[in-house]
Amino acid sequence: MAKTVVLPRKPLSLSERTYLPQIVTGLKTTFSNMFKEKVTLQYPEEKPIIPKNYRGVPTLVKDPNGREKCVSCQLCEFVCPPKAIRITPGAVEEDDDTRAHVEKAPKEFEINMLRCIYCGYCQEVCPEEAIFLQEEYSSSGYTREEMINKKDKLYELGGTLPDSHYKWDKKKSAEDDGNDH
Amino acid sequence: MFDFELLLLVGLKVLFALLMIGAVMTMAGYSVLAERKVSAWMQGRVGPNRTALPFVEFIPVLGPYLKKMGIFQPLADGLKFLFKEEIIPGHVNKLYYNLAPIVALVPALTTMVVLPFGEFFTSEGESIPLMLANLEVGILFILAISSLGVYGIVLAGWSSNSKYPFLGSIRSSAQMISYELAMGLSLLPVFLWVSEPGTGAMGLSLVDIVHSQGNAPWLLLVQPLSALIFLIALFAETNRLPFDMPESETDLVGGFHTEYGGFKFGIFFVAEYAHIVVGSAIFTIIFLGGWHFLPWVADPWPSTWVGTLIGIGWFLAKTIFLIFFFIWIRWTLPRFRYDQVMNLGWTKLLPLALLNLIFYVLLVTWLDQPAS
Repeated sequence: MAKTVVLPRKPLSLSERTYLPQIVTGLKTTFSNMFKEKVTLQYPEEKPIIPKNYRGVPTLVKDPNGREKCVSCQLCEFVCPPKAIRITPGAVEEDDDTRAHVEKAPKEFEINMLRCIYCGYCQEVCPEEAIFLQEEYSSSGYTREEMINKKDKLYELGGTLPDSHYKWDKKKSAEDDGNDH
Repeated sequence: MFDFELLLLVGLKVLFALLMIGAVMTMAGYSVLAERKVSAWMQGRVGPNRTALPFVEFIPVLGPYLKKMGIFQPLADGLKFLFKEEIIPGHVNKLYYNLAPIVALVPALTTMVVLPFGEFFTSEGESIPLMLANLEVGILFILAISSLGVYGIVLAGWSSNSKYPFLGSIRSSAQMISYELAMGLSLLPVFLWVSEPGTGAMGLSLVDIVHSQGNAPWLLLVQPLSALIFLIALFAETNRLPFDMPESETDLVGGFHTEYGGFKFGIFFVAEYAHIVVGSAIFTIIFLGGWHFLPWVADPWPSTWVGTLIGIGWFLAKTIFLIFFFIWIRWTLPRFRYDQVMNLGWTKLLPLALLNLIFYVLLVTWLDQPAS
């Protein structure tokens, strides 16, 4: 058992017992605080600095060539814990030259922001790096319907992110070179 | 048929009274703003800076500045209180519940009747104090009326028929009784000092006490201990931190006004700040030389209406500084525990005030003994 040490305490002096010097010191502190820089963020005009890897609203992104990245594999829909994502798969036109080898694209992509818990599993699971939780954090609407982000809204929020892979371009060029698999 | 002179006299008095009420209420409203702003600054925040009037906002430089300082906030607050639904809880005693805010506000506004805030010089060089009623017993009147303010709080706490308001009102009545004594005792030496034989200033008139401080040391410098005791008692009487027993937001929810909302709460709020404004004015009059310039310095302004205006301005400046001091203390000190408040009042301030009185009685007697 730890031994208790009783620290000796000096008796208060007369000026300390009146509390008045202490009050004056306190007053000085608060007064000098008045002229310090304010920490308030004027919110709607000034936004906070969002840290890296922040998990904001999930969005769909396009590759730097402006092409849709999502291939509607529905992994995110499957992994989503609150079942906020709903994908209606659609086909990519056979003769669409810009998206050769890509067979599917979402016809409709819905994320219900009333259900979303911002866990980021969808971003983690996506094999195409098409869905990202980005810096946007405030979403609001007047109805429940408004709170369901549709495909165009998701692309609008997502914008374009840099892509170092160009997976499907590589497939295409590999096929062109005659070593497809 | 009509006695026009009498009518004019009465009319003027009514007009002055309305002006004075307007001035004090405006100051009370802006004290609320000052409280919010000063507390914000002391805590590293900005405070209210969004309210704006439609057209004033667009005046270059001035408009945005006023908006930044929250000048229009009291208007918005007042309007909000006016348009809120008046909810009367089912468990209250309706008559006293409705009466309480009025009882709280009336004493706060009544005491200002005897407050002198400046002086006017007639063409013969005679000085006329600017006040609504020049009572010979001014300070007695103030002490008598201002302590009635506690009835509003007690009534509110009792009629609310609920625990927290009840506790708040009990605490406040105990506190008021304790500090009333020290307050009165701290003022006695001041009046002893002022009405020494031969000076002509006799009695309890507030005007005389201001005159005695012109071209002479302020009473704060002559009697610092009286001033200190009076100031502490003033804090207790106005229910300000560190003595805000009746409210105690942290342990009694809202204290006596827990069950109040809407404009009735607004009246309590205004009454509290009106008390502060009037209290600051009283302290200025008694200890800070009223409208006189600086201790030992004769008023540098001329004895004309210009001097009158500057004097009023100077008086207001001192009062506003004291209001700031009230706010400053509130955001510096934590609240005393209830037993500490009682302890301080009865075992510290009261004996101190008594000793102070005895000391000055002996001193004044010694000073006044005829040279033999």
